[in-house]
Amino acid sequence: MNTALPTVKRTAVYVYEAPLRAWHWTNALSLTVLAVTGYLIGSPLPTLSGEASDHYLMGYIRFAHFAAAYIFAVGFLFRLYWAMVGNRWSRQLFALPFWRRRFWSELWHEVRWYAFLEQEPRKYIGHNPLAHLFMVVIITVGGIVMMFTGFALYSEQSGLGSWQDRWFGWVIPFVGQSQDVRMWHHWGMWIITIFVMLHVYTAIREDILSRQSLISTMISGWRMFKDDRP
Amino acid sequence: MPTTETFYEVMRRQGITRRSFLKFCSLTTAALGLSPAAAAQVVEAMQTKPRIPVLWLHGLECTCCSESFIRSAHPLVKDVVLSMISLDYDDTIMAASGHQAEAIIHEIREKYRGNYILAVEGNPPLNQDGMSCIIGGRPFLEQLKEAAADCKAVIAWGSCASWGCVQAAHPNPTHAVPIHQVIHDKPIIKVPGCPPIAEVMTAVITYLLTFERIPELDRQGRPKMFYGQRIHDKCYRRPHFDAGQFVERWDDEGARRGYCLYKMGCKGPTTYNACSTVRWNNGVSFPIQSGHGCIGCSEDGFWDKGSFYDHVTDTRVFGIEANADRVGLVAAGTVGAAVAAHATVSAYKRISKPATFGDSEPGESKQQTGDRS
Repeated sequence: MNTALPTVKRTAVYVYEAPLRAWHWTNALSLTVLAVTGYLIGSPLPTLSGEASDHYLMGYIRFAHFAAAYIFAVGFLFRLYWAMVGNRWSRQLFALPFWRRRFWSELWHEVRWYAFLEQEPRKYIGHNPLAHLFMVVIITVGGIVMMFTGFALYSEQSGLGSWQDRWFGWVIPFVGQSQDVRMWHHWGMWIITIFVMLHVYTAIREDILSRQSLISTMISGWRMFKDDRP
Repeated sequence: MPTTETFYEVMRRQGITRRSFLKFCSLTTAALGLSPAAAAQVVEAMQTKPRIPVLWLHGLECTCCSESFIRSAHPLVKDVVLSMISLDYDDTIMAASGHQAEAIIHEIREKYRGNYILAVEGNPPLNQDGMSCIIGGRPFLEQLKEAAADCKAVIAWGSCASWGCVQAAHPNPTHAVPIHQVIHDKPIIKVPGCPPIAEVMTAVITYLLTFERIPELDRQGRPKMFYGQRIHDKCYRRPHFDAGQFVERWDDEGARRGYCLYKMGCKGPTTYNACSTVRWNNGVSFPIQSGHGCIGCSEDGFWDKGSFYDHVTDTRVFGIEANADRVGLVAAGTVGAAVAAHATVSAYKRISKPATFGDSEPGESKQQTGDRS
């Protein structure tokens, strides 16, 4: 053994259980499909030539959107269930300890870390406070807004009296009219897209620079700490 | 003023034959989406029930609703329904004027308390004490509230009465409001559109007069039979939408072939109305059939929802107009650039100052604490 090499002590905690990891990657896939198809519904591809009966392009794009939307919605319900039966970190997505002074001081520390003003980040078994805030706002609140507006728009084609209409039809007059609901649903797509960009970047960056594992954690479930200091 | 005449008697007095009367009844039954058997009910009701008076008030409006109404497809429809209505009050087309006309409203209120229909075209302005619309020397709001106080139900004709329409569009200097904001204690049937389709108007009024009950309404108070589906759902160009065949520019090959007008900003997918089934001008055509997109005239606040020619319309927030795609692309680009810059700085910092991870203890220990607390 070459003792000249620096050695790293690692401790590990099992953070993300298998169903939660499966949900994460399913979500990643469905969000990607939703964003791409959603954009194409708003700004369709160039016109196809030939008979209308030769094609069903918009139909397929919309089908992919609705199928991915159902997967996202069912996944969200499952995630809610898992927050109840899963480990303590599975509840982070639905609980933000905003009343704790410590949460905000740690969040500020994390902001300073990203602004290159701190030499070293702190260690967290679950989400760091900044990530925690973004997860709750974008995935939980944003996801709920997208599901409500999305199902309201879906109810327009499933028709009056359908379950989508009975449960979500009220959203349309609540927001204004159909065009407004479309518009906000569209804004939601951009907000989630930008979140995904930041999420992927910070996950890679923190995996390299922070004192804990990030990407491999969402694959294996184990949070590896690179040192034993507090 | 006749009090016990039936609709049928009124029609016969107007010189309408029984054959024409029966045609009208069956046409109306079909327009209402009722079963053929219901035609007999309509005939029966028209022949036996005393005529319900209708007051037709005009507020801030352009009279396009009245213009549409008198152009009903079936010539008889307008003759029949109009003759029934004009007997009472409609300041645009009635013979009476001045104090004589205003007296009719008073008389109807006294005589048919709680048993007449109030049809409102246009809406009341609230600013400047309602001075932007004066009827008979008084603000329209007063006339409206008085006439509504004793009516059985209110019909809100057109987008003005239903939503506010052009006079309520930003910045709405007269503070014109839809009538449901000033009448709170009566059932209101909204028949939006700028104008509404003539056949829809006559069918709604006939339904009310014949069955003496309000047709089934949706969440926003519109009759489900005409406003239950979008233009898009029944559009004859829908197959081109599903296929992905669009008009890309005005007068391009797609426009000549009658492709879908979605990319030209057609509001058919967001507009609830019967244009694509009932159509206009005796069922001759409707905007999309003429090659122009729907502008969504029967939807709430359609003047303020951005361009008629964009599908992804502008968003008015804090007085700033922006399009979600433009802002989204710029934001995504900015964030992308920021991420790249941040990553570069991060990499530089790491290279220039080697990390001091680890606490110099040899070996690697794995501490498994997968607690489920």
